[in-house]
Amino acid sequence: MSHPPAALHGAIAAERTTAPDDGAYAIEAQDLVKTFPSGRRREPVRALGGLTLRVRPGEVFGLLGPNGAGKSTTVRILATLSQPNSGSVRVAGIDALADPAAVRRSIGLVSQKPSAAPMMTGRESLEMAARIHGLDRREARRRTEELLDRFGLADAADRLTKTYSGGMNRKLDVAIGLVNRPSVLFLDEPTTGLDPEARAQMWAEIARMAAGHEHDGDSRVTVLLTTHYLDEADHLSDRLAIVDHGQIVAEGTPELLKSQLRGDSVVVELADAAAAGVAAARLATHPDLREVTREGRTVRARTDHGAAVVPSALAVLEQAGVMVASATVARPSLDDVYLRHAGRAFEAVAR
Amino acid sequence: MTTLVTHSTLLTKRSLTALLRQPAFVLITLIQPAIWLLLFGALFEDVVQIPGFGTGGRSYLEFLTPGVVAMTALFSAAWAGTVYIEDMNLGVMDRLLASPVRRGAMINGTVVYQGIVSIVQTVVIILIAYAAGARFERPLVGTGLTFVSAALLTVVFAAMSNAVALLSRDQNALIGISQLLSLPLVFLSSAIMDPELAPTWLQNIATYNPLDWAVVVSREGLSTSTDWAAVWPRLGALAALAVVMSSLATQAFRAYQRSA
Repeated sequence: MSHPPAALHGAIAAERTTAPDDGAYAIEAQDLVKTFPSGRRREPVRALGGLTLRVRPGEVFGLLGPNGAGKSTTVRILATLSQPNSGSVRVAGIDALADPAAVRRSIGLVSQKPSAAPMMTGRESLEMAARIHGLDRREARRRTEELLDRFGLADAADRLTKTYSGGMNRKLDVAIGLVNRPSVLFLDEPTTGLDPEARAQMWAEIARMAAGHEHDGDSRVTVLLTTHYLDEADHLSDRLAIVDHGQIVAEGTPELLKSQLRGDSVVVELADAAAAGVAAARLATHPDLREVTREGRTVRARTDHGAAVVPSALAVLEQAGVMVASATVARPSLDDVYLRHAGRAFEAVAR
Repeated sequence: MTTLVTHSTLLTKRSLTALLRQPAFVLITLIQPAIWLLLFGALFEDVVQIPGFGTGGRSYLEFLTPGVVAMTALFSAAWAGTVYIEDMNLGVMDRLLASPVRRGAMINGTVVYQGIVSIVQTVVIILIAYAAGARFERPLVGTGLTFVSAALLTVVFAAMSNAVALLSRDQNALIGISQLLSLPLVFLSSAIMDPELAPTWLQNIATYNPLDWAVVVSREGLSTSTDWAAVWPRLGALAALAVVMSSLATQAFRAYQRSA
C-alpha cells in the first residue's frame, strides 16, 4: 500500500488532466441529510436537510452562512470525517461513501482548530504529514522546504508550533493541507480569530492558490471555503452558496447574486423598535420602495431610484411623527442577498 | 503492511518527541515509580515477618519490586487515551482522519509509545531496587519475564484507555474511570501484599486480575523456584487480553467515526 511519490503525483496529475471541463465536478453532493442525536426522548437535530452542491474544478467556492447553518457539517461529510444519513457525495471524481480512502489521498483539510501538534516544530509537522501521504524521507523534506518558503515560515520552521502566533499556526495548517498536492482543498473558516493583518495575508494566499500557483500554472486546486464573513465570501469566491438551516438558499457568483436583487438598499435606523414598526408600515405604502422588512429598530427596503428616494421617504416618516436616527442608501451587498434569501439580516444571526 | 509500520512509527515518534521536550514530565515519569518502591518498601518493610507471609526468604523490597513494576505500567497506560483527547480538542484528530493514515497505526502509536515508557520505567525500578539492596535469584530470565509482562499489561490498559477516550471524548471521564480502576486493581492483587494473608474472596478476585497476572509472572520469574505452571497460563491470558483489548480499541475508533 505504500505509494512511491512519483506514482502518487503522477496519479493525481493524470486525474486532473483527464477530468473534463464540463460535466465533471470537483465536488458533487446530492441531497445530503444529516441528523445528530440530541439526547434521549428528544427529536434529533437536523443539521442538513437535503443540501445539494456542485463545485467546478479549479474554482474557489464559498459556503456562506451563520454559525450552525450546516457549513462545517457539510465540510466534514465531504472530507470523509462524517457520513450523511442519506444522499450521495463525489469528491475529486471519487464516491466518498464507497471509497473514502481514495478521497483522503486527493484532498487537504484545514479545519477550524489548529491541526499541528503543539510540541512539534513546524518543519516536523509538515514532514510527518508528507510521510503519512506516502512521500519518502527525501521527498518529504523537499516538499516541506517548498511549503515553508512559500508560507513565509522558514525562519520559524524549527520552533515549536505552540510558540506560533494565530496567523502563523493558520498558515502552517494550510501548508499541511497542501502537502499532498490535493486536487480539492477544504478551508473551514480559515480566517476566524485572525487579526486583520494575518487575515489579509490569508486572503492573498487563497487568491494565489486560485490563480494556480500550487501547480506551477498547470492546474488549479479546487478550494471549498466556509466563512461567516460576508466580505470574505464576496472577495474570494468565484461562486458561492448561502447556507441556511442546512440547505442552500442561493447560489451563484457574488456579482450575479447581487445583481439579481435589482436596485439599491435603503436602511433606516429608528430610535426604538416601536417606532420601527410604525415606520415599516408607512414605508411599505411608499410607491418607490419594495420588500420592506423590519428587524429590531432597523427598517430595510429596496428601491430602483437610489438616493433620490430618501427625501420623500423621510418626509413620510416625519409626517407619521417617527424619529429617524439614520438613513443610508447602498449598492446591493451580500448582506442584502442574505436578507432576501434567508429572510433575516445576516448581522443579526452571525454573532 | 509497510504503510502501517511507517504510520505507527511516525505517530509513536510524535508522542515520544513531545515527552522528551518536557523534561519535567520525564522526571515525574521516572521519579514516581521510585517513590512507590522506596515508600512502600520502607512502610511495609516488616510485613514479611508476619507468620504466613510467603516471601520464600526474600526481603520485602525483593517481593515488592514486581508489584511496583506492574503498578507503574498500569498507572502510565491508563493515561494513554489523553493523547486522543488532546488531538480531538485541537484539529489534529480531524486532520489525521481525513488523511490516508491507517486507523490501526493510530492505536499502535499510543500503545507502542506507552510500551516504551513502561520499559524505561521498569529498567529504572529494577536499578533502584538493586541499588537499595534487592538481589534477584534469576536476573536474566526474571527481568526478561518482567519486561514482557509489563509490556503486555501496558497494551491491555493503554488500549482500554484509548477505547474510553474515543467513546467518552472527555478528559474528566477518562481520568475518573482510570482513578476508579487503578488503585483497587493494585489492592486486589499480590502487588504489595501476599494474598495468602488476605480474605479468601480477595484471593479469588486476584486470580482474575490482569495486574496480578503480571505480578505473578514477574515474581515467579525472578525466583529460583519458578513455578512455571503459574507463569504460562497467566502470560497466555495477558497476551490474549492484549489482543482482545486492542480489537476493542479499534472498534471504539469505528464507533467514534460513525458518530461524527
